[in-house]
Amino acid sequence: MTSDHADHAVDIDKHVRIYITVFAALLVLTIVTVAISRFHLPVHQAVTIALIVATIKGSLVACYFMHLISEKRLIYAVLALTVVFFIALLALPVITVHDGFWIH
Amino acid sequence: MDIPYTVELRRDTGLNNGKIGIWLFLASEVMLFGALFASYILIRTGSPVWPRGDTILDVPLATFNTVVLISSSVTMVMAWASLMRRRFGTFRIYMGTTILLGAVFLVVKYFEYGHHFHLGEFPSHNNFLALYFTLTGLHMLHVAGGMAVNAYFWGPGAKLWKTNPEWFINRVEHAGLFWHFVDLVWIFLFPTLYLL
Repeated sequence: MTSDHADHAVDIDKHVRIYITVFAALLVLTIVTVAISRFHLPVHQAVTIALIVATIKGSLVACYFMHLISEKRLIYAVLALTVVFFIALLALPVITVHDGFWIH
Repeated sequence: MDIPYTVELRRDTGLNNGKIGIWLFLASEVMLFGALFASYILIRTGSPVWPRGDTILDVPLATFNTVVLISSSVTMVMAWASLMRRRFGTFRIYMGTTILLGAVFLVVKYFEYGHHFHLGEFPSHNNFLALYFTLTGLHMLHVAGGMAVNAYFWGPGAKLWKTNPEWFINRVEHAGLFWHFVDLVWIFLFPTLYLL
């Protein structure tokens, strides 16, 4: 058995309890997402709130189901680089639409 | 010749090669979906009017599908946890449930798509539907791909458990990372397309 697996095997019961808790949290947050949409908030508020809730849900999946909370440094480095490019990718159209300083 | 570092950890990275490989692949997947989300932002903000998703799409069905996919993520991680506890029978039950939940997700999408096609609402109908079909279509392909991999590990691929259980656990973990990523994408697609 690798040390990686041995570490996991020791507290696997604790992990399972966390998985169930995260599952319950994800279900509650899904209901919250749908409930908030019923208020028909202005678009900017609705987008902000929906993205905050989705980010919390996504973080729970990534941290606990994908074990990112206890991952090695190289994986964090790969993901940090990905996040930088991802944000740039999303920011480009926003800047374009709002007449960014280099686009006229 | 054996494939190196399938089980043992590399000294330089502290990881097995499969783990690095799947995370690099997922990084590329983030950029693929990122490009489509960027297209969504560009097209939506550039349009004078944009419909609310719930006026065109079926929110209760999509909410049901969200619960289905979240549940499948839990059964997937429980399948891996079962292998860590050396309970192969329980692994089979959880992995089988994961595959079934994936199938339920696709069947629901089939009915959603069928309803739109019946009404003559195709991707060419408007920008909203073009984005809806592109984003959900690509996501469905990922669900189908994940199901195929999971089915392999549930069936013929499970033979590895008898000869090299540690490698099998790693492979299931990596398949699980992909499956959770598919769930993660849906978590953002659901509010973006259906609720805003």
